Amino acid sequence: MTVQLQPPFRYVGHKRRVREDRRFVAGGGHYAADLVLAGMLHCAPLQSEHPAARIVSIDASAALALPGVHAVLTGAQLAAASEPLMNGANTPLVVRYPLAVGQVRYAGEWVAMVVAESRALAEDARELVQVEYEQLPFVTDGEAAMAEGAPLVHPPHGSNVLLDRHFIWGPVEERFAVAPRKLAYRVRWARSSTVPLETFAVTAQWDASQDVLDVWASIQMPKFPDQIARSLRLPGNAVRVHYDVDVGGSYGVKRGIKHAVLVGHLARVLGRPVRLVEDRLENMTGGDMQGPERVFDVELAYDDAGRVHAMKMRALDNVGAYAGRSPFQLGKPIGAIVGPYAIEAVEYHALAVASNKTPQEAVRGFGQAPTNYALETGIDQVAAALGLDRLEIRRRNFIRAEQFPYLIPSGTTYDSGNYAGLLEKTVAVADLFAERDALRAQGLLAGVGIASCLEPSGGNSSFEPLLNPMNRTTTWMESCRIHVDALGGITAAMHTTTSGQAHETLVSVAVAEVLEIPPERIRVIRPDSLASLPSNSPVGSRMAIMLGGAAVRAAQKLRAQLLAIAAHDLGVPQHLLRYSEGDVHAPDGRKLAWQELVIIAHREYFRLPPGVEPGLSASSIYMVPTGGELPKDDKVQMYPCHSFEFHYILVAMDRVLCRPQIRRYIIGHDCGQVISPDVVKGMTLGGIAHGIGAALLEEFSIDAQTGQPTAASFMDYLLPSAHEVPHVEIVHQTTPSPLTVFGQKGSGESGYLGSPAAIAGAINDALAPHGVRVDQLPMRPALLSDLLEGTHA
Amino acid sequence: MKLVLNVNGTDRALELEDRTSLLDALRDGVGLKGTHAGCEHGVCGTCTVLLDGEAVRSCLMLAAQAEGHAVTTIEGVTPGPGELSIVQDSFVETHGMQCGYCTPGMVLTAVALLRDNPTPTRDEIVEAISGNLCRCTGYGQIVEAIALAAERLRRSNTP
Repeated sequence: MTVQLQPPFRYVGHKRRVREDRRFVAGGGHYAADLVLAGMLHCAPLQSEHPAARIVSIDASAALALPGVHAVLTGAQLAAASEPLMNGANTPLVVRYPLAVGQVRYAGEWVAMVVAESRALAEDARELVQVEYEQLPFVTDGEAAMAEGAPLVHPPHGSNVLLDRHFIWGPVEERFAVAPRKLAYRVRWARSSTVPLETFAVTAQWDASQDVLDVWASIQMPKFPDQIARSLRLPGNAVRVHYDVDVGGSYGVKRGIKHAVLVGHLARVLGRPVRLVEDRLENMTGGDMQGPERVFDVELAYDDAGRVHAMKMRALDNVGAYAGRSPFQLGKPIGAIVGPYAIEAVEYHALAVASNKTPQEAVRGFGQAPTNYALETGIDQVAAALGLDRLEIRRRNFIRAEQFPYLIPSGTTYDSGNYAGLLEKTVAVADLFAERDALRAQGLLAGVGIASCLEPSGGNSSFEPLLNPMNRTTTWMESCRIHVDALGGITAAMHTTTSGQAHETLVSVAVAEVLEIPPERIRVIRPDSLASLPSNSPVGSRMAIMLGGAAVRAAQKLRAQLLAIAAHDLGVPQHLLRYSEGDVHAPDGRKLAWQELVIIAHREYFRLPPGVEPGLSASSIYMVPTGGELPKDDKVQMYPCHSFEFHYILVAMDRVLCRPQIRRYIIGHDCGQVISPDVVKGMTLGGIAHGIGAALLEEFSIDAQTGQPTAASFMDYLLPSAHEVPHVEIVHQTTPSPLTVFGQKGSGESGYLGSPAAIAGAINDALAPHGVRVDQLPMRPALLSDLLEGTHA
Repeated sequence: MKLVLNVNGTDRALELEDRTSLLDALRDGVGLKGTHAGCEHGVCGTCTVLLDGEAVRSCLMLAAQAEGHAVTTIEGVTPGPGELSIVQDSFVETHGMQCGYCTPGMVLTAVALLRDNPTPTRDEIVEAISGNLCRCTGYGQIVEAIALAAERLRRSNTP
């Protein structure tokens, strides 16, 4: 059980500069593409032009004849020398290699990798590779892919369904049978992604005299070194991933296993460092970084007062051409399947379907944002059916503050919360309904959007064994090691990459809080994977909880060491000593200052307690505060902590162009005890911006006739600019988690989890007077104006 | 081809393929890695540098087109090792960045804005940075940073 540190805090929660910013703002970040190694070769992938085709032949002779071209690697060659990439679902016949083997399964799939002295030369040579294809039938729509007779993406698997799990938690049919009112609806979440501005980049170098593969990659990937080693048939300790690479944004997608296996293999075979930096087109089509694409069919059973008693949800996710981890994105939302509402029984049917589209990857929230959109749409519709206020419907359905810890039907216990409290604080900021009516009086379409949702945080892997019983992984740790050098300097190590979440600042603040030493005096490093303790990575909104927890635990151990040394040296029982700002004080006024304690630990062995090892060093491998058990009866404890956000927004648009403009954006946010206020603020604002993209702009559209992607550049895949993102007003509430070292919860996905739902709700409120509604994202102007065509002004 | 680029006040003699973009010339030819590639088709602004003080996209220019002009990169607005300009320091003060990848382009765009307009309104700041995409921050703390920088510059004697 975690012993919680109590406020007031010295450093936690105080405004403080983010230490990483100092290097970034000077252009001093070290990104994967910045690395230059002697003799480095460059890659350009040859991509499939067909959504499905048999590869008849590949003729690389003309490309290889170009001076400076070193290799053209094909899928068959790589498959012969490596193991398939890991599947998340239990689909052993859905085989995936970094390059297509025998058959291409989506337009953009990487067919061969050209390696040359420069990237430009590799691109020239790529033009000369001749691939003969025999086109095959294809399917790009998820529902069509499930139909009888649909072309099979992986014929050996026998079906396009990669995951089909049906859960019933609680008396669903009983609740539906007695409910006086029911509602059924469908919503669609289009395929979008996080689209970091840095594409994926990786460089690998094989050291043949030490049998070590060095890898520098822009990753945010749990168990990355293990997966490379497994695929390349190397011992785990023969892959050294350098975690001190700065990652230019990820928000989930920078997994890069296929990229790293490719360049790792090439580096070994060619005996030269090899680098692959995707260009934007390669990234958008064949980088395998697109997000969930879902159709939700939902039924709600509710009563005349608007209380929702039961839900049936079917989620069909079009995961694209390979399985990867993407089916798990249907699993994570199980941990907050009822959102902030006291829904008593739930049926959940999760379907992951393969199609001839780019494979999916993890996206911020790991499936939670689409699920929240589906649920919030239903709550709004219940309100509409009863003529109830959309705030009131939420008040009536919220889990009440006194009900925590609260067990939801699917087996997760919510740690803490005060949902109604934050709703009231947020709506007190402004009367957006009055502002809406004023806009309507001016002839504009205007609507208020409301979304209340959870951010499960402190990510573990409980959804893996829940969805795939073959997978028994429940351990999901994060680690920190602290070392005090002989001059008294403190260095703390974290053991994963970081992609903009200010983890070094987090570690320094957490260690500083325990040691009572200013964060500025604590260096934070990210050693390579061979010098690291077991860790995962910044997934599942976990690092404040997990890395923060590990840092505190390690610091507490170090503090205990200092006290033990002092007790022995001063001849005073430990419990009588007082630790303060690095010094240890005895009741009689004597003290041992930090420097003195360091000297004893490092140089004066004769003063150390008997049996105590010299030096000052401590570490913690911190396990997620709850979870760790295998699922039982289809239920499991998912993430430990549950942040809450309440979105309250005003959208206006004119009737002709139908371009939604967010006039006000107010968000109530409760992530427990905040550690770094500026960081949490940035996460929330960035998450909202990302949600605006998903709700209004972004879609990896595809031409159904040809199977070709039609949004492969920033000209047609539209990212929100400063014009589209409004000023955001944040209302804070602090409901500490009882499970964490400071009472903190996660905030890495905040904003994004509710903003699409809120925007959709606002647009539907704007459309409501005209008798139309829209239940698909993104809600683009053309869609809205077509809907309004023919309605009365 | 051989050419001379004036980068951050220093002439740099380079030998490059004719087709080399200014972005690649800066990163691979001059070795200044603070300028980053984002989309390489002129939309995201990540690769922004100053050309005779104007913010331009270095991915859309050939290196040859920059000959005879003064190119300023993020390294050129950094006063010295470990030091920050007022604009840079303001970005740190408001945490106007997260992953740092778009940040050099944002800072240079802000420098160009504030040179021309020492008292920008919020709308003018938004307009100025609307050609620079940021995927992390949602722009809020970047707008705050530029407003803070404008205020500090007005109060300071030296830029």
